[in-house]
Amino acid sequence: MRFMCMVKMDEANPQGEAPPELYQAMAEYDREGRLNGTLIDSQGLLPSAAGAIVSLADGKIKAIDGPFAEAKELVGGYAVIDVHSREEAVELGRRLMQIHVDHWPGWEGHVEIRQLAEY
Amino acid sequence: MGDDPGADQATRAAIEAIWRLESTRLIASLVRIVRDVGVAEDVAQDAVVAALAQWPTSGIPDNPGAWLMTTAKRRAMDVFRSRAKHDRAAAALAHDLAETVEDDPAAGIDHIEDDMLRLMFICAHPSLTSEAQTTLTLRLVAGLTAREIARAYLAPESTVAQRISRAKRTLTEAGAELEEPSGLERAERLATVEGVIYLLFNEGYAATEGADWMRPALCDEALRLGRMLVALAPHDPEVHGLTALMELQSSRLAARVGPDGEAVLLDDQDRSRWDASRIRRGLDALARADELTTASAAEPGPYALQAAIAAEHARAASADDTDWTRIARLYEDLGRRTGSPVAELNRAVALGRAYGPEVGLALLVQLESLPALRDYHLVPSVRGDLYERLGRTEEAAVEFERAAALTSNERERALLARRADAARGSGQRGS
Repeated sequence: MRFMCMVKMDEANPQGEAPPELYQAMAEYDREGRLNGTLIDSQGLLPSAAGAIVSLADGKIKAIDGPFAEAKELVGGYAVIDVHSREEAVELGRRLMQIHVDHWPGWEGHVEIRQLAEY
Repeated sequence: MGDDPGADQATRAAIEAIWRLESTRLIASLVRIVRDVGVAEDVAQDAVVAALAQWPTSGIPDNPGAWLMTTAKRRAMDVFRSRAKHDRAAAALAHDLAETVEDDPAAGIDHIEDDMLRLMFICAHPSLTSEAQTTLTLRLVAGLTAREIARAYLAPESTVAQRISRAKRTLTEAGAELEEPSGLERAERLATVEGVIYLLFNEGYAATEGADWMRPALCDEALRLGRMLVALAPHDPEVHGLTALMELQSSRLAARVGPDGEAVLLDDQDRSRWDASRIRRGLDALARADELTTASAAEPGPYALQAAIAAEHARAASADDTDWTRIARLYEDLGRRTGSPVAELNRAVALGRAYGPEVGLALLVQLESLPALRDYHLVPSVRGDLYERLGRTEEAAVEFERAAALTSNERERALLARRADAARGSGQRGS
């Protein structure tokens, strides 16, 4: 079964830029995922300043350029994984959080894990 | 164990998940150290049993994989110490192990790829039957339990368990070389590993027996193994070709089966239900295979050719939009490359679609006498299809009936019987 894992965080995080050790650890995490066949696709996302929101309200479509100042939690990166169970997806999410514990002191956020609709 | 049975159960589920993610790597490293697949698996299992006893109370460690590895190595050391009374070689190994255990678990990191590839090679060892190769690969590389393998293969669990232990014994008796092969032998073994993975995939994609038209669980496992192989042998074009083929074929899984589990043929599939992300990954992998083939000035291999055919279907908006001329040419290359009569049979289909049913039939006539195709149900099935396109409905019905009698898959038999009825029906309407 496939899951989409979205790492969410407050963009105005007081911790600032991620330390290089975090990127190294993330690269190792990705390598593990490729080696055990679970990782299908993953990317980090640039700050919301590079993006936009297109919304529909009161029958009107409106495009607003980033940054998304009012949003509390933003997706900072995603991974699509292929595993046997939700527990496996949760374990991979736990490891991702452990990497942040180990390499980015003070960081707070979460991974939202959602199963892909199939068949 | 803790007081809360719910928490215990959650921990057990977490341990199972951790085992799935770690088992290949764990067993692969242990095989290198203990040089025996059976012992490696036993001590890895011992480590999981220890985890099941300790983690519910102590909590799951931050790095569960390293914990399991250290525990398994200690257990391996015990095993070898008890054997060392009889065996000096084992004593030397125990000494070596004593040093290894003190190591930082991260120190073994350089070996991981080699270890895992070696494990795949061992599971594809020529002393094993193809049945034993696929079963052992599912067990040791994919980390499935005997029960899960039994479910996927529709076989009794005891049969699968026996097959696994017999395979491990065969490897020990054959003194299966645990060194990673190099050069030509490596290329040959890689081809065998690819063959094992594709066999699993095909077993899932076109179940040869039983009530199900497909067994998607086997396709999923084969895909995961294929991705793993890509990570382990990224410079081999056929590894990419194989993955491309499996991604593209599996993109059609959902559309190949109707609401009542009946088979739906390519022409009749709802193409909007094809999995776009698998198609994209399949096309990417095929491009990578082509790139590597061109770079080495080689001819495309059989998997890349089959993937190129699957890619033509994936790109076409409908069956009529398909580039059948190119598909016929690709089947010709495939037939030349592999000498496979089935490739020729498929070429007859493609020629029939590209240049008209008579052209397809002309090739089919030449193929009929081949001994390999004598009782192959797809021969009359293809002939029936070509007759039907010519409006020779009564002859088509007879061919479909003959094909139905030859297949051992129930869903496929039902489909062929339906086609026979439909051919008769349209013939009566026409007359």
